[in-house]
Amino acid sequence: MNKIKIAIIIFLLAPLAAFAAEPGMPLDPAPIDPRDNESLQRGAETFVNYCLTCHGASYMRYNRHRDLGYSEPEILDKLVLTDQKVGDLMLSAMREKEGEQWFGVVPPDLSVTARARGADWLYTYLRAFYRDDSTVSGWNNLVFDRVAMPHVLWELQGEQILVTETGGSGGDGKEEIQSLHLEVPGTLTSAEFDQYVADLVNYMVYLSEPVANYRKELGLYVMLFLFFMLGLTYALKREYWRDVH
Amino acid sequence: MSKEKNSIMAWIDKRFPLTANWKAHLTEYYAPKNFNFWYYFGSLAFLVLVNQFITGIFLTMNYKPDASLAFASVEYIMRDVDYGWLIRYMHSTGASMFFVVVYLHMFRGMMYGSYRKPRELLWLIGMGIFFVLMSLAFTGYILPWGQMSYWGAQVIVSMFGAIPVIGDTLSHWLLGDFMLSDAALNRFFAYHVVTLPILLLVLVVVHIIALHEVGSNNPDGIEIKANRDPQTNIPVDGIPFHPYYTVKDIFGVVAFLIVFCGIIFFAPEFGGYFLEHNNFIPANTLQTPDHIAPVWYFTPYYSMLRAVTVNFLGVDAKLWGVILMAASVIIFAFLPWLDRSPVKSIRYKGPIFKFALAMFVLSFVVLGFLGMKSPTPLYTLLAQIFTFIYFAFFILMPWYSKIDKTKPEPTRVKE
Repeated sequence: MNKIKIAIIIFLLAPLAAFAAEPGMPLDPAPIDPRDNESLQRGAETFVNYCLTCHGASYMRYNRHRDLGYSEPEILDKLVLTDQKVGDLMLSAMREKEGEQWFGVVPPDLSVTARARGADWLYTYLRAFYRDDSTVSGWNNLVFDRVAMPHVLWELQGEQILVTETGGSGGDGKEEIQSLHLEVPGTLTSAEFDQYVADLVNYMVYLSEPVANYRKELGLYVMLFLFFMLGLTYALKREYWRDVH
Repeated sequence: MSKEKNSIMAWIDKRFPLTANWKAHLTEYYAPKNFNFWYYFGSLAFLVLVNQFITGIFLTMNYKPDASLAFASVEYIMRDVDYGWLIRYMHSTGASMFFVVVYLHMFRGMMYGSYRKPRELLWLIGMGIFFVLMSLAFTGYILPWGQMSYWGAQVIVSMFGAIPVIGDTLSHWLLGDFMLSDAALNRFFAYHVVTLPILLLVLVVVHIIALHEVGSNNPDGIEIKANRDPQTNIPVDGIPFHPYYTVKDIFGVVAFLIVFCGIIFFAPEFGGYFLEHNNFIPANTLQTPDHIAPVWYFTPYYSMLRAVTVNFLGVDAKLWGVILMAASVIIFAFLPWLDRSPVKSIRYKGPIFKFALAMFVLSFVVLGFLGMKSPTPLYTLLAQIFTFIYFAFFILMPWYSKIDKTKPEPTRVKE
């Protein structure tokens, strides 16, 4: 029996070994709560104000935002900033051709970006812009080098610059430590801005899988039923097998 | 049984052998009474098969096999189709769980010598099922048309291109184009929903017919048919499949569903292993991802593909990789003739076999891990070492299975 247990553990846990960290910039954990509707609503409003001008979220319908506690008139009022209808997909205000002309690439659709990149990446990325005169937009990013997108939230965060120090912590003393320093403060304090981005990321996680909350809720009932069935079927098996043993 | 029912059955039985089949395959099919944990995975594989068929049909109703619409249609299923998300997760989780249960089912066969005489053909049919399953997984993974769908398929298609002389023609024929494009997506969709499922279903039926002809093996690896009750002619260590194993398998099904539904409802991406993160980015033919890895169930073979780094005997390293990869799968089919041990089951085999099997499992797991990682010199070296061990398990088997110190088999199965 022990051998069997070991074998099962090897088989089932093997993929988990690959969770070892990937190299690159360490990401800040995103302080998000998928059940906090107020945070999600703030994030949704930031999203339509800032992101939706260039990016689309074209797999998502406006009226789906009833999930977040909005009524349909509220959705029309707060989220639909173009002449679209409440049941429409969230399309970008910008044409793809224009995007390509202005940024060199078409801004990607953001519907499922949180599932591709992860919340922590988004949270770190959106806070990691810094001034860089060598790029076309005048902005660069510590997480996404030479990203085409300029720092859209710069008025809120302010302007950061990149500080590179040659630290002595590495064996050869040549290790470079890069950090960001706030040069010109924005209209929000650092803590306020972090919360602002956290709300946006929280919303983008919702946007990437709107059904997630309901999925987990339903899953609980399914599991309860299955555990009940497990007991029942085990008793049935024992009853039938009494004459074998 | 009431008289009316009897007369209905008699009416049917005169026209179709219903009672005879019911008896032959269920109530009078005698299975060894000592099946253990490992014997659940056959029926579970069948359960997953049914799951894939049913959820697959519903997905087909809303999926669009068109390079410009495919990605969006999957998101449409996830968002706008009623419970489409559940159907899609059942199908995507089912794909991975299919491999989990089939790998465990095959491992059971390797432990207890289920491929040995008289079950060689049963094993070969099973290998056929395994090949079809791999083809289904490959063609299915392309359909969402994400970055990993596209570039993973690109890797596999380029393998066909590595075949000398006919390689290019063959890959053009497969793709219906000079590159992976809409034409290929349509073809793979047709294979995935028509050709391969039919083939799979036929092979599964044939697998079960062959099984019921030779009878099930068991953890002791002895033939229960050799020991029959002189009066009834029923194997003394056999019990009717129905009701004994049907009720036991129902318990197994519920236990399996707890794991299966746990993944569907609480971790459908399974940390990026069942649904890869990069596959949430639509396919971009101009942008190769930094790191291409197939889904977890193909990574052991993918490691072996990458393990060959030098040209050898005038043959290109890439072609060697393809040959090794194909061989790593096909070699399972030779097991019935590689094993020369006088006993079938690991219970009575000697320490050499136990060590060899443990090394095989280790190499399979390590190669699987390495296949997910970007190659580094250390990883490539490890992949080479474990590829060697993987093949040594099979190639040296005729020798070590013969000299191994075995224990005598019992005449009756143990409880």
